[in-house]
Amino acid sequence: MANKISDETMEYVGILAKLELSAQEQEAAKSDMEKMLDYIDTLNELDTSGVEPMSHVFPVHNVFREDVVTNGDNKERTLANAPLRKDDSFEVPKTIG
Amino acid sequence: MDLLNLTAIELGKRIKAKEVAVADAVRAVLTQAKAVEPEINSYVTLDEAGALAQAEEIQKKIDSGELTGPLAGVPAAVKDNLCIEGQLTTCSSKILSNYIPTFTAEAVKNLQRAGAVILGKTNMDEFAMGSTTETSYYGPTKNPHNLMHVPGGSSGGSCAGLAAQECFYALGSDTGGSIRQPSSFCGVVGLKPTYGTVSRYGLVAYGSSLDQIGPVAKDVADCAAILEAIASHDEKDSTSVQREDYDFTSALADDVKGMKIGIPRDYMREGLDPEVADAIWDAAKVLEQRGAVIEEFDLSLVKYAIPAYYVIASAEASSNLERFDGVKYGYRTPDYEGLHNMYKKTRSEGFGAEVKRRIMLGSFVLSSGYYDAYYLKALRVKALIKQAFDKAFERYDVILGPAAPTTAPELGKSLSDPMKMYLGDIYTISVNLAGLPGMVVPVGKDSKGLPVGMQMIGNSFQEKTLIRAAYTYECATEKQYEAPADVTAAVERAAGNTAAENPSCRQPLGGTSMPEVEPQDGENRNQKTGREA
Amino acid sequence: MAKQYETVIGLEVHVELATKTKIFCGCSTAFGAAPNTHTCPVCTGMPGSLPVLNKQVVEYAMAIGLATNCKITRVCKFDRKNYFYPDNPQNYQISQLYLPIARDGFVEIETGNTKKIVRIHEMHMEEDAGKLVHDDWDDTSLVDYNRSGVPLVEIVSEPDMRSAEEVIAYLEKLRQIIQYLGASDCKLQEGSMRADVNLSVREVGSDTFGTRTEMKNLNSFKAIARAIEGERERQIELLEAKKAVVQETRRWDDNKEHSYAMRSKEDAQDYRYFPEPDLVPVVISDEWIEKIRSRQPELRTEKLERYKKEFDIPQYDAEIITESKSMADLFEATTAICGKPKKVSNWLMVETMRLMKEHGMEPEDLAFSPENLAKLIQLAEAGTINSSVAKEVFEKIFAEDVDPEKYVEEHGLKTVNDEGALKAAVEKVIADNPQAVSDFKGGKEKALGALVGQTMKAMKGKADPGRVNQMLRAMLE
Repeated sequence: MANKISDETMEYVGILAKLELSAQEQEAAKSDMEKMLDYIDTLNELDTSGVEPMSHVFPVHNVFREDVVTNGDNKERTLANAPLRKDDSFEVPKTIG
Repeated sequence: MDLLNLTAIELGKRIKAKEVAVADAVRAVLTQAKAVEPEINSYVTLDEAGALAQAEEIQKKIDSGELTGPLAGVPAAVKDNLCIEGQLTTCSSKILSNYIPTFTAEAVKNLQRAGAVILGKTNMDEFAMGSTTETSYYGPTKNPHNLMHVPGGSSGGSCAGLAAQECFYALGSDTGGSIRQPSSFCGVVGLKPTYGTVSRYGLVAYGSSLDQIGPVAKDVADCAAILEAIASHDEKDSTSVQREDYDFTSALADDVKGMKIGIPRDYMREGLDPEVADAIWDAAKVLEQRGAVIEEFDLSLVKYAIPAYYVIASAEASSNLERFDGVKYGYRTPDYEGLHNMYKKTRSEGFGAEVKRRIMLGSFVLSSGYYDAYYLKALRVKALIKQAFDKAFERYDVILGPAAPTTAPELGKSLSDPMKMYLGDIYTISVNLAGLPGMVVPVGKDSKGLPVGMQMIGNSFQEKTLIRAAYTYECATEKQYEAPADVTAAVERAAGNTAAENPSCRQPLGGTSMPEVEPQDGENRNQKTGREA
Repeated sequence: MAKQYETVIGLEVHVELATKTKIFCGCSTAFGAAPNTHTCPVCTGMPGSLPVLNKQVVEYAMAIGLATNCKITRVCKFDRKNYFYPDNPQNYQISQLYLPIARDGFVEIETGNTKKIVRIHEMHMEEDAGKLVHDDWDDTSLVDYNRSGVPLVEIVSEPDMRSAEEVIAYLEKLRQIIQYLGASDCKLQEGSMRADVNLSVREVGSDTFGTRTEMKNLNSFKAIARAIEGERERQIELLEAKKAVVQETRRWDDNKEHSYAMRSKEDAQDYRYFPEPDLVPVVISDEWIEKIRSRQPELRTEKLERYKKEFDIPQYDAEIITESKSMADLFEATTAICGKPKKVSNWLMVETMRLMKEHGMEPEDLAFSPENLAKLIQLAEAGTINSSVAKEVFEKIFAEDVDPEKYVEEHGLKTVNDEGALKAAVEKVIADNPQAVSDFKGGKEKALGALVGQTMKAMKGKADPGRVNQMLRAMLE
């Protein structure tokens, strides 16, 4: 066992999660994660071959809506909490170019 | 007589009988809240004006006969991860410190239909990630039974607020024990319903496959009535279940004759505080004397629940919390260069350490090359844990044990060692993995005067069995709800001050007005508890 | 001797389904609304909101799956695809990876006279993203979530295509099938049909695939054809220079006719798919599949055969008309009113096609009503107007969908049936054109045509040319 997480992995996960940790935070997070992964590795003591992964506990299925328009113009509500609004859109830093 | 000592049902009866006006009940509980908040910090938002306005509306509806239910007019508090239209909903996080939802959670709507007066939003661990309510951006909540101790978490504000008589009941949410453990620490009754019983629509998600909303109450009768009010089949939540019955109060019977109760040996062994163990055994004996059959048995896989849970909950959380990015709502960092820098700075500044820790773990276990080894493995273990419970429920009606290994720990002692904190969830977590109902009732206090709760776990959709067992225990012990001494002292201390002073009500809410983004004392509080900013 | 290369192409085709509402909420999918008006907490990713699946999306997806010979997955599930982008409000897209709704299908395409099978690997349901509008002046982008949550199916082919021609044939085939089903209007310009091209090259005769790239932002068949040529050449140049092709996503700029790598350090392309916990599985029974199959409208081949039999129109006409569902619908509706299939077919095959070509239009863009074309045909058949007037009026119908009866009336275009007036005109033409008259009498048949033309001109085009011809002959012989 004893998982070792490299700095590169931490940076990679940071890119995925859009988090930028300070050097100090990163060290702490790395050591926490290593400990957690060691602990998680105890799951390997269990033989789960042939066991279906269970994502939903209950066998509920086929929950649908009918194709009927129920919502009207919601613009103002949608934009009510916008950190930066321009006209009737959300403004963000330019995405391409 | 003191209104505050009444249970929700008792108060509801008096309101119905016109012995108490709704506004008077609201004023009494607001006065209490203002007196104790500087010490307890249960609320992120206490909506004084809004509560009084609701009181007036509800009184009219009661007088006109439109509202007749047992909870009509009774003031309640709601955990701050449940959306209420027009009211600040922060999840105790900086990243939502200015977020005002445009819709109301279904569970809260159900309460409103039942005539509840919503007093405000209660403090919690940030995004419900924690077991102490110390990871809140708005500072920790204190345990009313001893202000040096935590109330538990993540629904610490709801449980402490109720124990401190700052409301007559509250809603919490439970992903890995977040209703049951703080209920145990604060000496109140808490119930996590079967997954799918209460609509999750409007609950800010942490671990979607594990989250359930549930009641926090002064006694079992209140708990059953609140559950009856909030449970519903909701078409807006695809995982909502149409149950055969919702009449939970019909289970309030003083009768456990022949009820088979199993106590898992693993729950009562190593790691369990002897004082807690004694209290649980004593409580079990009470049920035995009332005719229940008590047996010890081996519930397998107990130790695998925590690692499986942390994989599943962190993975789901990492995805659920991606939406907090400074684009559509909430906090956006003031200075950034380009899109990705804006994302990273917003999220790194907006989330606290524990949330970031779980997002990192969750993103890692889902990342390319690790999904099978971690996530799928955890889902397989979850299936095995469910099977273990299924097997146990072939034999028993109820599984009984503690809710936590100890009573409430001291403030500032938990966060430094996350692994140890996670281990504290050992008795509660598997219930969420298996989607089962779990209920906690107070069964005594330890030598320090801190409450001990007993947890009872039922088979899927068998809340009524739990309610019956809990009610029988309550009848047998003639347990009366009482205010913790510490709060009484706090109130006395505050009695000298003028009631108008209200430093704990940080959000001067008029509903639609924009609240301040920074709580004045948020950072100080955080430093005080050793929390990383 | 230069090496010969073969292009290997697979397609990921996104099709917006023709539902009234979005895939997970009750917002309208109508195109072209003001920014953020068709939005709600669900399709803007508000905290606490939850998705509920639109049943019609499943049924359209099943219909497309069945029509493309796929196996329908009996228990299908949704997964989350995680990536940060402002048009993706939750920063995860609800899609299907592990158990998509349909798999292992195929369609038959035809290029030149060669028929070929293109296999479909899988087809899944997912939600569309919002729209980003870029402001070059202040370095910002604006986000509009009206399209966010519009239902899509993504149809992933096997790498079975070898040329731009085959790709276009495949896309046209898919478009035809899906339009016939009524599952989408498949308009490339409006983005309701989009294709990403996966392309690699290899030496002819090689049985292993080269490294492929994925090309996005292809908004027309022409752009697709150009992008395929451009990417083929780029990859061959790399290989000739002994450089490696990098597996990457490239964005095609059709103005510059060049593609650019979309790679950046911040786009890790690691989507961390996992089962969507907020949605439950879709379980599809035999009965449900049969219900969809029985509701399946007549597809092209069946329609073509029926047209030949029922309407007695030639193979060639039937082929052209059934190529597009809109055209076929127009044909049937017009025929139903006027009862003259051959005439309808002629109007569609000749005048309609000519005007469409002139205006660069697709059959889906046709805006005139079958009623007005039917009326026009009836007017012409009854001799109320002559054929050149009919063509003139048709142009008006084509452009503005005018009522031909009213139009003819208002503009005085009716054929003049007044024998006296016609006779006077013919007499005047004979008197004014002695040369032509003598030519005709001398055996030059052509000269009669000139006289007919002169008479028509004198009648301002409103005479029946047949009757004019007849009268001229009678008078000159």
